Formats: sequence, structure tokens, C-alpha cells
Amino acid sequence: MNWTWFYRLGSPLWFYQTTTRWLPWLSLLAIVLLSTGLIWGLGFAPQDAKQGNSFRIIYLHVPTSFLALAGYFLMAAAGAIGLIWKMKLSYMIMKSAAPIGAALTFLALFTGAVWGKPTWGSYWVWDARITSMLILLFLYFGVLALQYAFHNEEAGNKASAVLALVGTVNIPIIYKSVDWWYTLHQPSTIKLTSAPSMHPDMFQPLLVMILGFYCFYVVALCLFTRVEILRRERKTTWVGELAARSSYEVESDKK
Amino acid sequence: MKFQFQDLSQMLTMDGHGVYVWSAVIVTLIIIIGLIVRPLLQHKVALNQIAQDLAREKLRKEVAGESN
Repeated sequence: MNWTWFYRLGSPLWFYQTTTRWLPWLSLLAIVLLSTGLIWGLGFAPQDAKQGNSFRIIYLHVPTSFLALAGYFLMAAAGAIGLIWKMKLSYMIMKSAAPIGAALTFLALFTGAVWGKPTWGSYWVWDARITSMLILLFLYFGVLALQYAFHNEEAGNKASAVLALVGTVNIPIIYKSVDWWYTLHQPSTIKLTSAPSMHPDMFQPLLVMILGFYCFYVVALCLFTRVEILRRERKTTWVGELAARSSYEVESDKK
Repeated sequence: MKFQFQDLSQMLTMDGHGVYVWSAVIVTLIIIIGLIVRPLLQHKVALNQIAQDLAREKLRKEVAGESN
């Protein structure tokens, strides 16, 4: 069996070149989807019968929460691939996923808090869903901090990969928390196994927002990873040539 | 599909829920724009740094070559 595609996938140069080609299109798609979804959701989706207009926060809360969880899976998977196959690129992706995931988890908590105030009467309650999301935020912080805690880059990579993997225990707990415990948080609106418990007029803009946030996530992850590639591969010929070419362009712009 | 508010000022207040909805929107926008801008700036800084280091290295080699 031919495994070269697998090794090419692990090549920072290949990743850098491919993302240079695809990023403009993906960014455009993200902008179009997010602005469409936001205007649709905020202005045109019908009001919720019980929650009124505060329900419109769902168009930010659900996509950010989705990505906070999916991003954690991706980070842990990248860590595992790094541990098993010693793939450089995969550690770079793991490191890049941590700040983005932390920011999205914070957003999920923040949008949840400002939704909670008009709906539950409180910004914060220590219930299962919210507390397990807070733990997710701390796990992201932990992975971030471990990266910088070691002088040896390799040791930092391995330690954060192990923490990321151990932390995946938390993900099913977050998913199931609304079913396992008595909680204020409403059960999931969207399920893989059944139709969404939401009117199509409300659901369609949500779907657009979720797709838009997925595109945004990929763009952000690629951008962070590209910076990491430059830093870690700075001694290679291709990065040197790239840097020389870009500084030459800057100088000719000045003239 | 129709616009749910009579005018934009009504959309801003959202029957008293505007503060919550719009603060969620604004904070989300600030953070996701930040997540794009930050790596773009760092990318530029990293490339400049590497180019500078290479230029310095080259200069040092030239000077060392002359003194020999």
C-alpha cells in the first residue's frame, strides 16, 4: 500500500502551500455565511413564543458551543497523532487549536450568561452543563500553559498532548449533562437522530450560522498554524526564501 | 420571510432584550475578528524577523570572508 499521501499530509511545506491557495475562498465563504446568518437570525427569524427576542442569542450561542467542543476533539486527535506518529505538523495544529478553542468556550459561556439573565433571571448558575463548560475552558488554558512551561519544545508538545487526551473525558459529560442531571439548561435543540425541535424558519438561519462558524474555525486554525510553521521551520530553506521574498516586496513598496 | 421589527430602533431595543442580544453580538464579533487579525499580524512579524536574521547572518559571513 502506498503511504506517501499520509507523509505528505504531515509536511509543513505542503500545508503552507495548500492553505495559501484555499484560504481566500474559505474566508469569503465564512464572511458570506456569517453575515447572512446573523442578519437572518437577528432580523427575520420569528420571535420565540416564550422567550421573546432574547432567544436570538441562540444564533451565536449554539455555533460557538459546537465549535468549542469539536475544537477540543480536534486538538486531542492532533495530539494523539503527534504522540503516535511523531508528526511535526500535528503538534503545530494542536498548539494552534488551544487559543481558538479557549476563545470559543469563553464566547459560549458569555453568550449563555447574557441569555440566562432575561430567561432564568441569573447570569450564572452552578449547574452541570455550565460547570462542565467551565472545566473545558480550564482544560484549554492547561494545554496552552503546558506548551510554554517547558524549555524543551518536544517535552511541552508531549505533555500538552497527554493533557488534551485525558481531558476528552469531559466532552461526553458536557453533551450528556442536560440528560443526566436536573438542570436549568434546555435539552439540545439539534439531534443527529431526530428532527430539530425548532420551527424551520428559526432553524435555517441557525444552520447557516453553524456552517459559517465551521468555515471561520478552519480559517482561524490555518492562520494560527501557518505562524507556528514559520516559527518552528525558520531554519529551513523554503522559509528563508519566503522571508527574503516578502522583505524584498516590502522594500520595493517603499520605493 | 419578513422583517420582524417595525424599524431599526425597535430592532435595537428588542422589547427590552436588546442589551443582552447586542452585547452577545458585539463581544462575539470582537473576539472572532481578533482571532483572525492576531495571527495575520504575527505572520508578518515572524517573516520580518526571519528576513532580518538572514540578512545579519549574510553580512557576518561577508565580513568574516574579508578579514581572512
